Amino acid sequence: MTTGLLLSVIIVLMVAAFLYSRTRAVQLVAGNVKKLHSRPTYHGSFGALLIGFPLVVVMLFWMIAEPIYLNNIVHGQMPDTVNALTDSERGLIESQVRSIANGLTLLDAPERRQVSEGLVDTRALLAEKGVPLGSDVQRYMVAAADTYLERQGLSRTLRVGVLVLVALLAGFYLVRNLTPELRARNLVELAVRIALITASSIAILTTIGIVLSMLSETIRFFNMVPLSNFFLGTVWDPRFANVGSGTEVGQYGLIPLLWGTVLISLIALMVAVPIGLFAAIYMAEYASNRVRNTAKPLLEILAGIPTIVYGFFALVTVGPFFRDFGATLGLDVSARSALTAGVVMGIMIIPFISSLSDDIITSVPRAMREGSLGLGATKSETIRRVVLPAALPGIVGAILLAASRAIGETMIVVLAAGVAPNLTANPLEAVTTVTVKIVSQLTGDTEFTSPQTLVAFALGLTLFTMTLILNIYALYIVRKYREQYD
Amino acid sequence: MDASAQTMNTNRESTVVTNAPHIKMKGEKVNVFYGEKQALFDVDLEVPEHQVTALIGPSGCGKSTFLRCLNRMNDIIDICQVKGNITLDKTDIYDSSVDVVELRARVGMVFQKPNPFPKSIFENVAYGPKIHGLARNKTELEEIVVESLQKAGLFEEVKDRLEEPGTGLSGGQQQRLCIARAIAVSPEVILMDEPCSALDPIATAKVEELIDELRQNFTIVIVTHSMQQAARVSQRTAFFHLGMLVEEGVTDEIFTNPTDKRTQDYITGRFG
Amino acid sequence: MTDSTQPSRPTSGRKTIGEAMKSSLKSRYAAEKRFQAYGIIAIALGLIFLGLLFYSIISRGYTAFEQTIIDLPVDLPRAEFSVDGQVTDEAISKANYSKIVREAIVKTVGADLSNRGEVRKVLELVSREASNQIRNFVAENPDAIGTTQIIPVLARGDVDSLMKGQIRRDVDESRRQLDDQQLVWIDQLIEEGRLEKRFNTFIFTEGPSSRAESSGIAVAVMGSAFMMGVVLLLALPIGVAASIYLEEFAPKNRWTDLIEVNINNLAAVPSIVYGILGLAVFINYAGLPRSSAIVGGLVLTLMTLPTIIIATRAALRAVPPSIREAALGVGASKNQAVFHHVLPLAAPGVMTGTIIGLAQALGETAPLLMIGMVAFVNDFPTSPWSPATAVPVQIFLWANSAERAFVERTSAAIIILLVFLICMNALAVFLRRRFEQRW
Repeated sequence: MTTGLLLSVIIVLMVAAFLYSRTRAVQLVAGNVKKLHSRPTYHGSFGALLIGFPLVVVMLFWMIAEPIYLNNIVHGQMPDTVNALTDSERGLIESQVRSIANGLTLLDAPERRQVSEGLVDTRALLAEKGVPLGSDVQRYMVAAADTYLERQGLSRTLRVGVLVLVALLAGFYLVRNLTPELRARNLVELAVRIALITASSIAILTTIGIVLSMLSETIRFFNMVPLSNFFLGTVWDPRFANVGSGTEVGQYGLIPLLWGTVLISLIALMVAVPIGLFAAIYMAEYASNRVRNTAKPLLEILAGIPTIVYGFFALVTVGPFFRDFGATLGLDVSARSALTAGVVMGIMIIPFISSLSDDIITSVPRAMREGSLGLGATKSETIRRVVLPAALPGIVGAILLAASRAIGETMIVVLAAGVAPNLTANPLEAVTTVTVKIVSQLTGDTEFTSPQTLVAFALGLTLFTMTLILNIYALYIVRKYREQYD
Repeated sequence: MDASAQTMNTNRESTVVTNAPHIKMKGEKVNVFYGEKQALFDVDLEVPEHQVTALIGPSGCGKSTFLRCLNRMNDIIDICQVKGNITLDKTDIYDSSVDVVELRARVGMVFQKPNPFPKSIFENVAYGPKIHGLARNKTELEEIVVESLQKAGLFEEVKDRLEEPGTGLSGGQQQRLCIARAIAVSPEVILMDEPCSALDPIATAKVEELIDELRQNFTIVIVTHSMQQAARVSQRTAFFHLGMLVEEGVTDEIFTNPTDKRTQDYITGRFG
Repeated sequence: MTDSTQPSRPTSGRKTIGEAMKSSLKSRYAAEKRFQAYGIIAIALGLIFLGLLFYSIISRGYTAFEQTIIDLPVDLPRAEFSVDGQVTDEAISKANYSKIVREAIVKTVGADLSNRGEVRKVLELVSREASNQIRNFVAENPDAIGTTQIIPVLARGDVDSLMKGQIRRDVDESRRQLDDQQLVWIDQLIEEGRLEKRFNTFIFTEGPSSRAESSGIAVAVMGSAFMMGVVLLLALPIGVAASIYLEEFAPKNRWTDLIEVNINNLAAVPSIVYGILGLAVFINYAGLPRSSAIVGGLVLTLMTLPTIIIATRAALRAVPPSIREAALGVGASKNQAVFHHVLPLAAPGVMTGTIIGLAQALGETAPLLMIGMVAFVNDFPTSPWSPATAVPVQIFLWANSAERAFVERTSAAIIILLVFLICMNALAVFLRRRFEQRW
């Protein structure tokens, strides 16, 4: 039976269990539902959950375990010639085997026999049945596909068996335990509670996933490349080893990448902080409601525009503009430069600063402003000397969050910053960043055995750690700030 | 009532005011609107110099609104509109030639909840003189700060920790700090909006004592919820009800012999 | 007390408030004005940047919604499409369309079929896609075989650029992509009414192509749609469930504090990190197919969850406690109070947050690059498991192409993406305005 059919059967079983339990509960008290601990519907839901939950667990188990098992089977069937190939080529062949197996199920018995004996062009035959294959079919592939199908059939039969057994057990338990005193509502609510807790722990799982996935690959990377090469190296050149260093793995100096990231982020902040902060001050303290209600959402559009759009804007508009403008001043500005990427990124993070600062300035208590105005201070004196100092921690938090945004930004720098690592303080030159290198090391053909690929995970972990520290510190001071005025 | 009448009497004895005093501020036909809603109706009130004028009445009666008209604090509320005539030394403070910053420097204000700035005690008091450029140098500024703290009766308590944040003081101290902050600008009039409502009785007593002393140098208008307080600290009392000034006069008379029935009901506790 | 009318400050020598005011007030007001001006300038700059961005994209992209088409009279001789005199499907699909196109265009402009150089130049007017267009035409209208048909075919990218004024006629011939003879032919075709700009349907119906004139974003839109479906199906229920637990049930302890910090942090983790996670977990570990919509959807789900959770929690928090107390007061269980009363009241806020999260996911590019979505995919994905691409990735790929015509295409794709995003955000704003309750 197919997975879809089984799922339908499970749903039918759940509905049946629901109806049975509800009716049974009413019968048990001869229609006087007040004698039931819970409303009959809860008895019904209890029944449905009792049947459905274990069955779904079994299905999930099979969904995860079966492909792993079958892949191992295919893997084991491969001849040595295939095992000698690279990971990606072997992967292609193995997926071809899976396709053949799918195709074989569409054939009738005589055709099937012909295929097994190698009497027909299997590729053409399967194409006719609507299963296109990437390359010609070898005998060993058909043999592997046959084994694959055989084991799959076995696994499917076993699955049905386990499901029936579990369903019977659950049904038996349900019939035995369905009494008027059953605290069905509490149990159902407990189940709901568990589901809610599971959902909320996905956040934790994501973080753990991020850390673990990057950590394991990073450790593999550092098994091949010494720590000092990565953290202290000033040369980024993954292809070639430093002459005379004796290593053959290439040079992975983090420093030039980090420097590019920092340089661009600083330029971005120099654009965004004054604009964002003054815009926030004006909107919070001066603007009429109408201006505020127009300007604020308009500025926030800047945050909603996808970063790829900014990247393209930088590439085709801002970059050429700076280059031409520089040329009129006699300056040599490269089309891709730290300045271009930084300015465009600055535009992007304006709303991050303005919106959060606006909230923070607005939450400075009115009494504070009145105290100052009541002494005869002008509005700007009040803002500069009372409101801003009071709001300072929150504003610093906002700037740090924006900085973290800038450090992790990818598409703008991929399109506008350049690809060559460059340890320069000149913003008119092209530099590259951590994120750019993650993209370039991980796109295209990737093999997870070479340091050239694995370095991306080390870079990712570095990036994650940097932004994590910034975020947590920023969120902490913003939170402390909010509590102060609650 | 007995106890408060007692205080009231002793107070009056020590602070009898002779002659017709100079009228420092005066409101004529003051009407205030919050959008559509009218909050004050034709209020006429005189504030004599070097006296404490108390504004009393049930909550929402408009007494705070009137107080805030006196230094145009209502300006910062967008929908608020003030009509009528309010003068300070015979100048209309709502006239376009009058500068609101200057006005507020001359008519200072102390608020209901103590609102020290998140700065040091010194900086809190020095704030006004600094923005107005009252001190020519650092020594002068220090003089002003010390003097103001002394006048507010706070100096002895805080002289060793002037650099600590003002927000670290107790409620009563914070309020006296705010008073020190107000008098550091040496205003002519000080408006106080229920200055003791957030304070405990002991702190309240200290602030009341202070108000009585300040009267020598400043003209004071105080909004208060507590009739006893009005009786204790003020020379004149105005009773507001539903946005109207019902009755005003010498405190003694308002409390012993009110002419209006509403005033009588209020001070005897029938409503409020 | 006696000199009660004297100014209050007794110490002499110091400035009185009046003096101080006179000297400083003017400069203080000037400072005030300046300060306000900074604010206005800041907002204006922000808005100018926004305007520039839109202007830059739209002015480059709007032309892509028109495409130059040549109405080509094509001879479809029976002999070309038949094997042994019989017209068959196979013969139709294997006919020599290049020759058909060549003869048709040469005849139409009146060039010399025997002059190879001239033929080559004439052929440069028509897109290479023209053969496919004619094949499709014949396959759909086998009756037309043996006749001459007017078939609209795509003009070459350079011709299109010329028609849109992107290639200037007054440039010297040696530096122009089209030479003088070709211009003469083009003018001739325009005069005959055979060559003109029409509304561009290709961009909406086709997949990517190496030829700018015949590439479109339909395949990418389909991929994005699959991903958004996955995100909506997963992120909404999980996000709402997590928010309900954290806001309504969770005890305030270390663990929930940790989750709280975690979620806030996840909202600020660089998107590329999610891509690495997806690569390591969903592709390498779980073995899901590379560059498939399901992997993209899962990655975007994890990325969108914090946004939805934060918005939903805010919406739940905005429902006043009195509602919960009222429900509990009539004997509802906590679950019932939450699911029957609080959640429906918070629904508009949840919707708004979800739409904004989806919009964010729709425009995301970096994580998709990590999971192999940069592959050239020109077949429509049929399921979330088949190879797909997404609109922003398509934009990225086109942005890296050097050809002039691709700049136009990229901008047009951005316009389409922005239209989607604006609609989604407008819907969110509408929902907020329409259903927002103030308590």
